Amino acid sequence: MKSRIKKILIGIICLAGVSAFMTLPAQAQNEERVLSSAQQWVTGIEVPGLGYRSWVTGIQPPSTVEVAEEVAGIDALVDKIMSPINAVIYNAVFFSVPFLGSDLKLVVAWLVVGAVFCTIYFGLVNFRGFGQALRLVRGDYSHPKDHGEVSHFQALATALSGTVGVGNIGAVPILIVLGGPGAVFWMIVAGFLGMSSKFCECTLGVKYRNENPDGSVSGGPMYSLKKGLAQLGKPTLGKVLAVFFSITVIFGCLGAGNMFQANQAYVQFVNITGGENSFLSDKGWLFGLVFAILVAIVILGGIKSIARVTEKVVPVMAILYLIGALVVLFINADRIPFAVASIFSHAFSPQGVTGGFVGVLILGFQRAAFSNEAGIGSAAIAHSAVRTKEPVTEGLVSLLEPFIDTVVICTITALVVLTTVYGDPSVAHLSGVGLTSEAMMRSVSWFPTPLAIAVVLFAFSTMISWAYYGLKGWTYCFGESKGADISFKLIFCLFVIIGCSIPLASVLDFSDAMIFAMAIPNILGIYFLAPIVKKEMKSYFARVKSGEIVNYRELEKAKS
Amino acid sequence: MSEVMIAGVDGSEPGKRAAEFAANFASAHNAKLLIVYVIEWSPFTFNTPEENEQRHNRREQEIETANTSILQPLVEKLSGRGASVEGLVFHGHPAKMLNSIALDNGASQIFIGRTGGSGISQLLFGSVASNLVQTAVVPVTVIP
Repeated sequence: MKSRIKKILIGIICLAGVSAFMTLPAQAQNEERVLSSAQQWVTGIEVPGLGYRSWVTGIQPPSTVEVAEEVAGIDALVDKIMSPINAVIYNAVFFSVPFLGSDLKLVVAWLVVGAVFCTIYFGLVNFRGFGQALRLVRGDYSHPKDHGEVSHFQALATALSGTVGVGNIGAVPILIVLGGPGAVFWMIVAGFLGMSSKFCECTLGVKYRNENPDGSVSGGPMYSLKKGLAQLGKPTLGKVLAVFFSITVIFGCLGAGNMFQANQAYVQFVNITGGENSFLSDKGWLFGLVFAILVAIVILGGIKSIARVTEKVVPVMAILYLIGALVVLFINADRIPFAVASIFSHAFSPQGVTGGFVGVLILGFQRAAFSNEAGIGSAAIAHSAVRTKEPVTEGLVSLLEPFIDTVVICTITALVVLTTVYGDPSVAHLSGVGLTSEAMMRSVSWFPTPLAIAVVLFAFSTMISWAYYGLKGWTYCFGESKGADISFKLIFCLFVIIGCSIPLASVLDFSDAMIFAMAIPNILGIYFLAPIVKKEMKSYFARVKSGEIVNYRELEKAKS
Repeated sequence: MSEVMIAGVDGSEPGKRAAEFAANFASAHNAKLLIVYVIEWSPFTFNTPEENEQRHNRREQEIETANTSILQPLVEKLSGRGASVEGLVFHGHPAKMLNSIALDNGASQIFIGRTGGSGISQLLFGSVASNLVQTAVVPVTVIP
């Protein structure tokens, strides 16, 4: 127990150290600029002549000051406590440097460099492993004796329900508003690159997971950092990074995996129940309370039926969303060539975007990183549940995740926006889900309602997945026990209420910062452990080629 | 090597009758009988992370339950009939699994009970027996 407390203390000190180190120069350098750019990115952007664009709601957001006056009681109190903490953490993680006329957030560069490294180091595994990944998901290589264990498909589906969420619908329009069509191009490029880092982190997650005495498994970057670096003769560094990761995953879970999602669900709910006139419009805490109770029923009460229903409804929703989007695209088919052309042409010579070419590139990369979470390390926790003798197989399956999330779903949202409402001044007041909603309504009038339901469900399922990720970080720090389990889940539910109570800006600051902080130890681990993954990958592909690893589907075909 | 026959059981009465019928039949032909219980399972479902984590345990439990409550009593009861009887548990699509086990063991026949249901549920979900009859690679005997 003592050593555990020590571990956690070391982690907290590290986190505080990094924050202090990064905050000081940021403040000294240009406090105003950093703050204003942060504020701008999260609340939307002031576009001259077009008015104020809010993040996701589509309602004109009141400024922070007004909110403080308007929202009385509990909401204001929660906001008052959280705001200063948010500011410090946000500045620490998103320390940015001016780079060729734009703000380059170092942590985004860190992710991109990591992804590029993985793509090159693993010899374009994102393209070369794609076919094998599909065959694995289809179950070609699963031995009939292993039936009944978690399949590759199930692990992928579970991880996807944690990544595909509100961002795929609501954040892509923001990207287009901020960076123009060209940013979509860079988002897709980053999506492809992210496949490689996802491959590496998930292979490591499976390779170094813990098999608990009760037969369950715990895996993820904290375990691969601890065990993997110990193998390389760096046990202390491994432990420190592992605890650092666990702490960030706990906060990332409470932020992006919880408060952001709850907030989005609330905003959508207010929107469909009458916008500003809704009876819930100033009762965020009430909605939060109800939502928290629902979450508690699932994660605390062990009533799995709700979770099971959501987990089954969400994939259906995702498919319905895609079908809906394709219908819209079909109706506007004549404008697709224009949209595609603009994605390519604006990628290299954007018009009217701050920072020009580099600015667009950074925006696109940032969006992709936030959406598919490649390099963040979260999905590795979900993928670790699969039972396979070959960790590489799960890595290969996981590389489909950024592909589905970013290259397919985000791109389709982008095309919907570009073929319908892009460049139309009458929708200038809209952004986020509001803009996607408007875009779809123009083609099929009743689409916004199922879309709103989808958003609420997406939020809920993402929360369930993230509750699990956070719990794994928590139990890594405090040990696997019933008490640790329940205490974390209670905290999680509390944050649902907080998430609905505080204005979007501070919620987003906090979520973004924590999610990206997870990338620091995770990618460091990737650099250290990449040679091990490469060795396994080579051996695996060699054995597939030689036929030592049996393709059961082909075997079955040959038999009958 | 003696002939191998397979009886698919599911814990129901017709299943038991099928196993009994198969045991008598196998004894008469001096064949080995495999009594197979397939736990309905698909690799293409959507689970929560916690379900995935516990999956291995659940699987062991399912196999344990199937063995102790269904297969072992049957094997004990039918071993006296003369044929050598063995019980096996698998996860998967019942008809497909029975078929592929028959292939793997070079079985000459499959015996199976029919559930006897009718109406909408049968229309929607079909039955293992009819599915097997349509797809099997060896002769199938359906016991009412």
